[in-house]
Amino acid sequence: MPTWVQLVYLACAVCFILALKGLSGPKTARAGNLLGAGAAVVAVVVPFIYLDLDHVGLIVAAIAVGTVIGVVGAQRVQMTQMPQMVALFNGVGGGAAALVALLELDEMVPHAGSGGDISWFTLAATAFTIFVGSVSFAGSIVTFAKLQELMTSRPVVFPGLPVVFGLAGIAAVVLGVLTVTGPSVFIGIDLAVVGLVVGLLLVLPVGGADVPIVISLLNAFTGLTVAASGYVLSNVVLLVAGTLVGASGTYLTMLMAKAMGRSVSNILFGALKGGSTLG
Amino acid sequence: MDEAVVWLTIFILSVFVGIEVIAKVSSTLHTPLMSGANAIHGIILLGAILVTGSTDSTVALVVGLVAIVLAAVNMVGGFVVTDRMLQMFVRKKPKAPAADGKAN
Repeated sequence: MPTWVQLVYLACAVCFILALKGLSGPKTARAGNLLGAGAAVVAVVVPFIYLDLDHVGLIVAAIAVGTVIGVVGAQRVQMTQMPQMVALFNGVGGGAAALVALLELDEMVPHAGSGGDISWFTLAATAFTIFVGSVSFAGSIVTFAKLQELMTSRPVVFPGLPVVFGLAGIAAVVLGVLTVTGPSVFIGIDLAVVGLVVGLLLVLPVGGADVPIVISLLNAFTGLTVAASGYVLSNVVLLVAGTLVGASGTYLTMLMAKAMGRSVSNILFGALKGGSTLG
Repeated sequence: MDEAVVWLTIFILSVFVGIEVIAKVSSTLHTPLMSGANAIHGIILLGAILVTGSTDSTVALVVGLVAIVLAAVNMVGGFVVTDRMLQMFVRKKPKAPAADGKAN
């Protein structure tokens, strides 16, 4: 990677920090958001300049399609429906991260195993992204459905849910270990499916009034998956931007829960314990 | 310095920066901040482009293009929707828009 690219990426990372700083003050919020958008555009354009990418036409077309969908969706949405729109955008971001990680895994498989040059940590980071990205995708779709009233906004709990949740968690750990010891795309896809189930089960028991806090938590999850992708792809912008969102998102989730006088664990697992849930 | 340690250093410092920069956010800005942070992780678009641009299998190309569409929706839609929220926030100052959508 040429030095100028690394310096541009460093500048983008700094802009993301300043964007978050701006977004946390009423007078600077709009400028902060625009700064973040500008940095994101620059970071996305850079690989087209310094790399000899294949399929450039198709890639640009796919970006155009996504841009149109994003802009139209963001313009049409009513003010009261903003939280579910954020949930939807977060979900597709998590889905994208999981797909990117699956493709990375696909490229790694021939080089992994005995005598290979892929470290266990890289494989673990890939497994993490596949799983958590899928959790974020499925969880966000459920939060969207709840807020959009496509389904009941009341907590959905069925007998045995904690057991199924526990089994899915164990399956995720086993598949994660298998990805490190003997990586294959098939295991990666299984991991993604388990992630979808966990995401579904995580959000179903949450009451409607608590949903925005869960969106914030899933947002932080997606940030961490982007950070892990940054490590796997050796890309500093992805690492810094993802970590910033993961850390600030987690902290913001705690602030939001505190503002409602709840704890995050109570919001997530209150319905399972039979405690009170709003909604 | 070991390269893995360099990455770990960047990660840990970023965690502290991420928490510090938003520590003083006012509660009316919770939702726009969440939305703005959501747009920033749309930068996974960059990762999707890097992976898709170096693949030679058709299946991987299709999956990569899907990832690019999804990531672009996240990034572009995220920034536009955040800007709309903040525009409203500036115009109607006395009313706090962050509470919208929570009450129903």
